[in-house]
Amino acid sequence: MVQITLDNLAHSYLPNPQSEDDFALKQLDHVWKDGEAYALLGASGCGKSTLLNIISGLLVPSRGRILFGDRDVTHQDTVARNIAQVFQFPVVYDTMSVGDNLAFPLRNRGMAPAAIAAQVQKIAAMIGMEDQLGRKARGLTADAKQKISLGRGMVREDVNAILFDEPLTVIDPHMKWELRTQLKALHNEFGHTMIYVTHDQTEALTFADKVVVMHDGRVVQLGTPEDLFDTPEHTFVGYFIGSPGMNLIDADVAGDTAHCGGHAIDLGGHYRAPQGRVQIGIRPEFVTLTTGDHGLPVTIKRIEDVGRHQILRAEFAGKPVNAILPEGFAMPAGANRLHFAPDRINVYADDWRVAPLQAVATPERKAV
Amino acid sequence: MDKVQNNKAWFLVLPVLVLVAFSAVIPLMTVVNYSVQDTFGNNVFFWEGLGWFEQVLTDSRAHSALGRQLAFSGIILAIQIPLGIAIAVCMPKKGFWASVCLVLMALPLLIPWNVVGTIWQIMGRGDIGLVGYSLSAIGIDWNYARDPLHAWITVVVMDVWHWTSLVALLAYAGLQSIPQAYYQAAKIDQASRWSVFRYIELPKMQGVLLIAILLRFMDSFMIYTEPFVVTGGGPGSATSFLSIDLVKMALGQFDLGPAAAFSLMYFLVILLVSWVFYTIMTNLDKAEGR
Ligand SMILES: Nc1ncnc2c1ncn2[C@@H]1O[C@H](COP(=O)(O)OP(=O)(O)OP(=O)(O)O)[C@@H](O)[C@H]1O
Ligand SMILES: [Mg+2]
Repeated sequence: MVQITLDNLAHSYLPNPQSEDDFALKQLDHVWKDGEAYALLGASGCGKSTLLNIISGLLVPSRGRILFGDRDVTHQDTVARNIAQVFQFPVVYDTMSVGDNLAFPLRNRGMAPAAIAAQVQKIAAMIGMEDQLGRKARGLTADAKQKISLGRGMVREDVNAILFDEPLTVIDPHMKWELRTQLKALHNEFGHTMIYVTHDQTEALTFADKVVVMHDGRVVQLGTPEDLFDTPEHTFVGYFIGSPGMNLIDADVAGDTAHCGGHAIDLGGHYRAPQGRVQIGIRPEFVTLTTGDHGLPVTIKRIEDVGRHQILRAEFAGKPVNAILPEGFAMPAGANRLHFAPDRINVYADDWRVAPLQAVATPERKAV
Repeated sequence: MDKVQNNKAWFLVLPVLVLVAFSAVIPLMTVVNYSVQDTFGNNVFFWEGLGWFEQVLTDSRAHSALGRQLAFSGIILAIQIPLGIAIAVCMPKKGFWASVCLVLMALPLLIPWNVVGTIWQIMGRGDIGLVGYSLSAIGIDWNYARDPLHAWITVVVMDVWHWTSLVALLAYAGLQSIPQAYYQAAKIDQASRWSVFRYIELPKMQGVLLIAILLRFMDSFMIYTEPFVVTGGGPGSATSFLSIDLVKMALGQFDLGPAAAFSLMYFLVILLVSWVFYTIMTNLDKAEGR
């Protein structure tokens, strides 16, 4: 078990990449701390699988280094790195039995048969397939195959890290929850570094201590779920995490006020006029619906009841703005203004967050 | 809605029926007809029953032809299938060299049977043939026209040269269809090259290999032209496989009755083998849940 460092990493699948666009991974400097459970979140095609394959040694990066501890492993193969990986596309060895599938990585490492048998039993119990160990893997259902694939990833205890690439996509929600709990238990027991790729933010937030968000070949933020929620470092994080995502509105920012189409909005911090495309971001959770002439005038489109709360869908200057209203909230007559909690507003210039020079005195909010 | 019954549509099938009748049914029935009759010439036939079948079944000459045939098919399958797989596994997966290999592999398949025979007939000759001359030069008295073993080796090598590509191309197609994730998983599981072959490649090639075996079996079981051109079935009857023997019987000696009975049994054997293969393949597909 080691700390994994990605140093100035970039990867292109093309032999002669010309421009930035040719790179599947653009520029990565990142440290995966030993023993931590990370969730890797990102939209389809942002390079998550590519990154995992580089860490496990299936791909050699076009540029940069990978360090395990202090050891440079950039050009070492999968055997030398000893990392377990569960693939997005479940792989089972058809002609082997379920038990042999689970035992396969252990046999290849020359483990003693008795120890293998015990370990296979343990993993089979975790994935709930103890009664099917003798059955041929051919012809199993898709979710059984995915469970075997997951089991093979967990079976070795001496690995440096375990990488999961969307391991539970075809598994039903209840079993999914169960398996995630098992993974957490395994993590607590052995303290492997784990990286868990998913599209599903609830899955990410329940599994991991730290969440890494990737966007377009870069890591845009590493943080706890709270960090991602409170201070998204990139507009993509704001939009991707949360449901609905963060509202982003074009604005002119000067001092502690933002001007959106002639309407002044108080900010929770003091900013020196940022350059580029400037936007303010506010989560729908911190938007309230008001009457009178305070706040941003919007056109209300509709209200959706989603159980625990209601989502107000509105528009400002042709762009959607959402607010989350408490359950059973009765709309005041003539309400058409949205008020943003000043200390919850983030400012973005060209999609990256701009930190305020100092927070305007609002005691409940920590300065960032 | 009432369906209008119009059986006149069946007449549209008539052309096909006529075609099939002339191309398959009538010739086959002629053979069946011959197989149960005898003649002393002048187109006078009389009923012979199953006599010819009995005669062929107990005929030692037919037995030894069948034995030679099975040995030949067995030998070439035992060589071509493993060799074809080995070639497919070693071929580059993509890029320029993959195309070059594919073209080279396809070449022997495009050469007509009698030309293949002629090529090898010349190649094997001790006086002017490349192979024959080289062998003679290193002190082996190579003569496929005199030595049955040499004749067999020539015929087998010729068939291997001609048809291994087919097996290799089929196996290659099977290999290409294996998703990359399998190889990646095997690397992560630290599988040896042999394990990758044994547990990934071979199982995934199973379907195409069965087809390859079936095709090669049927084709080699019916082989005629190449050995006929090279050895003419000799020396003696050393390389007289079933079809060569059949032609000798039917045309050389004009024993139409036994030849017809022989053909029918020949046909039935091939039908039987094909059916067995078909059954195995459909069962495999079912097991995979396709
Ligand atoms: N083998 C490959 N050859 C060429 N391009 C590739 C290859 N694999 C991935 N790519 C490209 O690299 C980019 C990143 O792909 P990657 O598979 O890493 O994305 P991902 O984040 O895992 O997406 P998903 O969530 O859909 O699995 C994509 O644009 C993809 O088209
Ligand atoms: Mg992926």
